[in-house]
Amino acid sequence: MSKTKVGKRSHNNKSGYVFVFPYAALFVIFILAPVVMAVILSFTNFNAIQFPKFVGFLNYINLITSDDVFMKYVLPNTVKYALIVGVGGYVLAFLLAFGLANLPKIPRTIFALILYSPSMTTGVAMSVLWKILFTGDQTGYLNSWLMDIGIINEPVIWLTNANFLLPIVIIIGLWSSMGVGFLSILAGLLNVDESLYEAAAIDGVKNRFQEMIYVTIPSMKPQMLFAAVMQIVGAFQNGTIATMLAGNPTPGYSAQLIVNHIEDYGFIRYEMGYAAAVSVILLLIVQIFSSVSTKLFGEKD
Amino acid sequence: MAYKGHRINPDKFEKGQIKIYLLVLPMVLLCGLPIIFIIFHAFKPMEELFAFPPKFITLHPTLDNFVKLIKASRSGSIPLSKYFFNSIFVTVAVVFGSLLFSTMAAYALSKIKFKGAKIMMQINQIALMFVSVAVMIPRYLVVNKLGMIDTYWAEILPLLALPVGLFLIKQFVDQVPDSLIEAAYMDGAKEWQIYLKVILPLIKPAIATAAILVFQQVWNNLETSNYYVNDDSIKSLAFYMNTLTSTTTTNTVAGQGIAAAASLIMFLPNLILFIILQKNVMNTMAHSGIK
Repeated sequence: MSKTKVGKRSHNNKSGYVFVFPYAALFVIFILAPVVMAVILSFTNFNAIQFPKFVGFLNYINLITSDDVFMKYVLPNTVKYALIVGVGGYVLAFLLAFGLANLPKIPRTIFALILYSPSMTTGVAMSVLWKILFTGDQTGYLNSWLMDIGIINEPVIWLTNANFLLPIVIIIGLWSSMGVGFLSILAGLLNVDESLYEAAAIDGVKNRFQEMIYVTIPSMKPQMLFAAVMQIVGAFQNGTIATMLAGNPTPGYSAQLIVNHIEDYGFIRYEMGYAAAVSVILLLIVQIFSSVSTKLFGEKD
Repeated sequence: MAYKGHRINPDKFEKGQIKIYLLVLPMVLLCGLPIIFIIFHAFKPMEELFAFPPKFITLHPTLDNFVKLIKASRSGSIPLSKYFFNSIFVTVAVVFGSLLFSTMAAYALSKIKFKGAKIMMQINQIALMFVSVAVMIPRYLVVNKLGMIDTYWAEILPLLALPVGLFLIKQFVDQVPDSLIEAAYMDGAKEWQIYLKVILPLIKPAIATAAILVFQQVWNNLETSNYYVNDDSIKSLAFYMNTLTSTTTTNTVAGQGIAAAASLIMFLPNLILFIILQKNVMNTMAHSGIK
């Protein structure tokens, strides 16, 4: 009799739907539906007042052929930013986690907390902090320090200078990129089975680098993949820092990222169809980065 | 002699760790100093805020900046306390709601067998890549269509489904042995009793971790107040702090002190929550892998 009870539970159990329903409904309404709508709107001309008018691939064609700002600034900036903050930040997260995993518990915990804390300074805290540090006259912290050590002779107006803005945004991006992905890698490293290292040493692994390539990374692929996805999403999500520091559009479009371009067209010019097309491109870029990560770290059965 | 392999997670200090400290410390300083700066800066008196050359350390700590912040808010029509209330209300609602729905869904997807569970989990996994800023326009249209503009709902509902939260909790529920659930079931427990009495107590670390992530999403959120709410009286503290600091910016004399105080007020809750719950986070992250 008890057998049938468990058996009943392990078949199509309707209560599963009841438990999933609230989350699933919210997911469909606020995540899935907006993505689908973005795809649909991207084929229309929509100014937020009149009903959207179907225009086929026009938005995409315009994006590729006649949006100079996109081709000349936004796309190259985004690629640079994604490679340095996404990929570079990921490598950095791994190296730092690897270092921390080789330290005793107390310093490790303190360092991990310090490295993680920038990822919590979003919004106001972040923009205020960097605006102060990068103040454009000699009372600015960075200017004052650089003048002290004699690297510059007169203050640099960092945040309106087209040459400096993108590097600054990239540095801030890197600074705040030790987030959930970093913690996941650290936890993964700490949970690698010790006996694997012993076995590898017997099999002829000679140094830490070989150990990392042949033992550590293969045995924590799932964490590596999760971290990669988090890093990519974090990098793109944080793209709003440029406009917080310098306004939208950024001076000379020097630090305009794809996220800012969407905001520019969607909420400043009200060309929502066009903005939706840019959104779709952004979602595709994230998808491409993620599928590369899956190729690298995904477990093949 | 063959390389012996080193020990991950050593018990105590060894000489070999010195070079690791040397490699890690520059990045720790780079990450930590700006954070310490936020704290110091908020307590600087006027003459230290504008000292030349600028000072990193606060010599004469004062609460002046916080007083100025309160004074500045009096000039507006909405008192600071109202923004505080809004943010606390919205944050509590989102954290509680999100954790409730995610744990329920995680339990079902992990431990109840029903058609479509697998595909739902896969969709959620793809949604880990969801960049919400990319679809802020259609999201606005959805919120608008549902008639939620200028209501608290607009600040709460869009933030409840957090794919990372569900993902991490589900991975954790996977670790709960099936035999425990079967035993409870045979004792006559209903699904919701199993969820409440067996699952929830066992997945506390994952709940704590998801709580941190959700909290960060909502406490610092500017998007909902910016785009979905025109009525100032229900906007969030994050939004108010942002307008306060961006209109007065760092150029005005009073503005810089206010901005420093505001950034500390916004940042500190994140940090405190993380410090309290950090043990659970590492525990949860051990199961965070995507297979």
